Amino acid sequence: MSELDARIPPGPVAEKWSYAKNHYKLVNPTNKRKFDIIVIGAGLAGASAAASFAELGYNVKCFVFHDSPRRAHSIAAQGGINAAKNYQNDGDSIYRLFYDTVKGGDYRSREANVYRLAELSVNIIDQAVAQGVPFAREYGGTLENRSFGGVQVSRTFYARGQTGQQLLLGAFQALERQIALGRVTMFPRHEMLDVVVVDGQAKGIITRNLVTGAIDVHAGDAIVLGTGGYSNVFYLSTNAKASNCTAIWRAYRRGAYFANPCYTQIHPTCIPQTGEYQSKLTLMSESLRNDGRIWVPKQKGDKRPPNEIPEGDRDYYLERKYPSFGNLAPRDIASRGAKEVCDEGRGVGPGGRGVYLDFSESIKRLGRKTIEERYGNLFEMYHDITAEDPYVVPMRIYPAPHYTMGGSWVDYALMATIPGLFVIGEANFSDHGANRLGASALMQGLADGYFVIPTTIAEYLSGQMNKKVSPDRAEFKQARADVDDRVKRLLSAKGTRSVDSFHRELGHIMWEYCGMARSAEGLKKARVEVRALRDRYWREVRVLGTGEEPNQSLEKAGRVADFFELAELMCIDALHREESCGGHFRVEYQTADGEALRNDDKFLYVAAWEFTGDDDEPRLHKEPLTYEEVKLATRSYK
Amino acid sequence: MNLTLHVWRQAAGSPEGRFVQYEARDISPDASFLEMLDVVNEQLIEKGEEPIHFEHDCREGICGSCGMMINGIAHGPLGGTATCQLHMRHFRDGDEIRVEPWRARAFPVIKDLIVDRSPLDKIIQAGGFISINTGSAPEANMIPVPKVVQERAMDAAECIECGACVAQCPNGAAQLFTAAKVSHLGLLPQGQPERYERVLRMVEVMEQYFGSCTMFRECEAVCPKEISTDFIARMNRDYIVARFRSR
Repeated sequence: MSELDARIPPGPVAEKWSYAKNHYKLVNPTNKRKFDIIVIGAGLAGASAAASFAELGYNVKCFVFHDSPRRAHSIAAQGGINAAKNYQNDGDSIYRLFYDTVKGGDYRSREANVYRLAELSVNIIDQAVAQGVPFAREYGGTLENRSFGGVQVSRTFYARGQTGQQLLLGAFQALERQIALGRVTMFPRHEMLDVVVVDGQAKGIITRNLVTGAIDVHAGDAIVLGTGGYSNVFYLSTNAKASNCTAIWRAYRRGAYFANPCYTQIHPTCIPQTGEYQSKLTLMSESLRNDGRIWVPKQKGDKRPPNEIPEGDRDYYLERKYPSFGNLAPRDIASRGAKEVCDEGRGVGPGGRGVYLDFSESIKRLGRKTIEERYGNLFEMYHDITAEDPYVVPMRIYPAPHYTMGGSWVDYALMATIPGLFVIGEANFSDHGANRLGASALMQGLADGYFVIPTTIAEYLSGQMNKKVSPDRAEFKQARADVDDRVKRLLSAKGTRSVDSFHRELGHIMWEYCGMARSAEGLKKARVEVRALRDRYWREVRVLGTGEEPNQSLEKAGRVADFFELAELMCIDALHREESCGGHFRVEYQTADGEALRNDDKFLYVAAWEFTGDDDEPRLHKEPLTYEEVKLATRSYK
Repeated sequence: MNLTLHVWRQAAGSPEGRFVQYEARDISPDASFLEMLDVVNEQLIEKGEEPIHFEHDCREGICGSCGMMINGIAHGPLGGTATCQLHMRHFRDGDEIRVEPWRARAFPVIKDLIVDRSPLDKIIQAGGFISINTGSAPEANMIPVPKVVQERAMDAAECIECGACVAQCPNGAAQLFTAAKVSHLGLLPQGQPERYERVLRMVEVMEQYFGSCTMFRECEAVCPKEISTDFIARMNRDYIVARFRSR
């Protein structure tokens, strides 16, 4: 069990990032153009990183599998971005944002990283505003804020219900400017399928051109992955259809340890599933919980239409169980709450898998116009999908997989266990612990991309002068051959079942046994079932067409193959972590009133898994978590 | 419900394509148009036929990936929605539906319903940004932005770069797309320093790839974000001012 060195700078938590900035080595301005940085993914983290690298003078090659960088799923984030500006004068501060995030993560995140995140949050808002992000404004022209789950201050900045798109456009536009200046070479419709490691360092990638099928080799001095999360392991999630784990999974297989894969976030407010054909679950922004009240009928089997159920017969269960936070209880708690009442038979809607999110009281109090201004497009979206009008009847919502706190293990510099490989945004594990607070993913992606990685990559690159590696080397050829091989295998399976049919089945297994409530028995069963299904997949999957042209089945097939492997690791991780914390809930480890029961004596660490071979158990490495500033406590929102 | 589809199929690299008829059976009215195509594709795969290729991703009307002409209307009969947000309850049992890729010279077909929309990004590269390097921004509240200005800029900023405006325009013009970005940035105080340079450069690139605007206003009618042609008028005004200023 080797020691994981997070290389956290010394000193008090509030001074670590300043220390790092003051002491990291730099790369001389005239030397920067000698370095080639490869960035994969151009969502919030990837686009901001690529643009910032180029502005600094590095040569950048950016790869996305979409037709344009602006298609990244960051674009769909609705609710907002947190920052510790304290414009509302309500007690917010960098310290408080830091504290809220550590607590929200159920004391399973790295304190130093989180403090840095809180510190940088204010700079992100400045940068976004300067780029023309049209954040909501007060009448006097200053920035407006709203509240989000798990916190008692109003620190979220938003742009209608489209904050993700607007922030992404800021970064995308900055990236396009660099492309026009010739400092970034963009490779759209290119999927990264492997990392090339030479003498223990990441020195390149293998890509597949999704139009011609050509498999190419690209060498670089550093590789940065901003490839998003893996919620699609559940098949139905709020992610986009193409969101996948392939980049970080391939990196895992090459030596980049995977941390806390079982920390998955189930978002409490999504539109419930209506049929088997359903391709994804649509997120209804958490910001709705600012003004919506969650309830189910008090009586089991009460099938009356919601507007006919009087107040006395309604159970506003979040307000009842958590008086201090009420409807703004953090996501893991709100999701489990919904599951609990539905398991009791009090769920609403088809199949009894839904709870009400009711705006009638807010509409009465604030007027319909104000509600329209705040949530207009979200209400429309809901109406389009369900044909129900949330201005008139309560919304029906149910939890759905949404975000993954787990990901590639990275140190304080965001470098993975393969030197030269950096992982940013949702793809890495670092800042959210076992549960992410609302409006913080956007914050983390941009903190990593604009401010952290451009600084920390210099420390690495300064040691890489004159160490370029030729793409003619054997390691590149071998990796290219491996990828080619895998593509051929998928095309030649000659089975009878579509990729999607396998993906759905995998999703069912994972949702059932590795979802909101996990047990040792269920996880062991899941592992066996996943492995069996995976074996069948390689024999029975049907991928029609060839590899030399656009082939969407082939693209999906590779991603699903990787999901099978990741699914097993998630079950292994969930099984080994014999406690409940944040989004990881083990039914054997809960308090008398059904809350998560942590075991800080035995599990106060990051579980980083090392790939040891296809048929061997992964090796566990533990990074102990030490809290210098925040005192460990039971996480209560009562 | 059961429907008959006439879907455009075009092999990769081929300059020609054709309509192929498919039967979509037992489709739930609550399914989206793309979910209906997924069902058809699963049936094709079962029969050993290559599935219909179409671009899509978020399935919630924000990424701009999806887009097809449905009975000749970009994104189909429902206004203010992208193809992925169109639900089958807006059709009737027994309907025949013609499904085609975006039709525009600037958007060559790659395969089936997938087209190449890269000229749109070229317009952005020409000036659809504010030149501000990371780290040099002033404090966020330093420049007040009147609420009414922010709302209007936000209206323009909602563009998802789907290309429906180009596809629907009889001239294949990209004015609505360009005007949306020009207006979003040109309305905000932060966009003022480059306001006139921006409109000149973006229009120049736009005219290299796309047709000319003769105010049919079909673009506005199909835009999933309901962006107004008022922004085209605004862009034209800025353009004239910019041309005079540059003398």
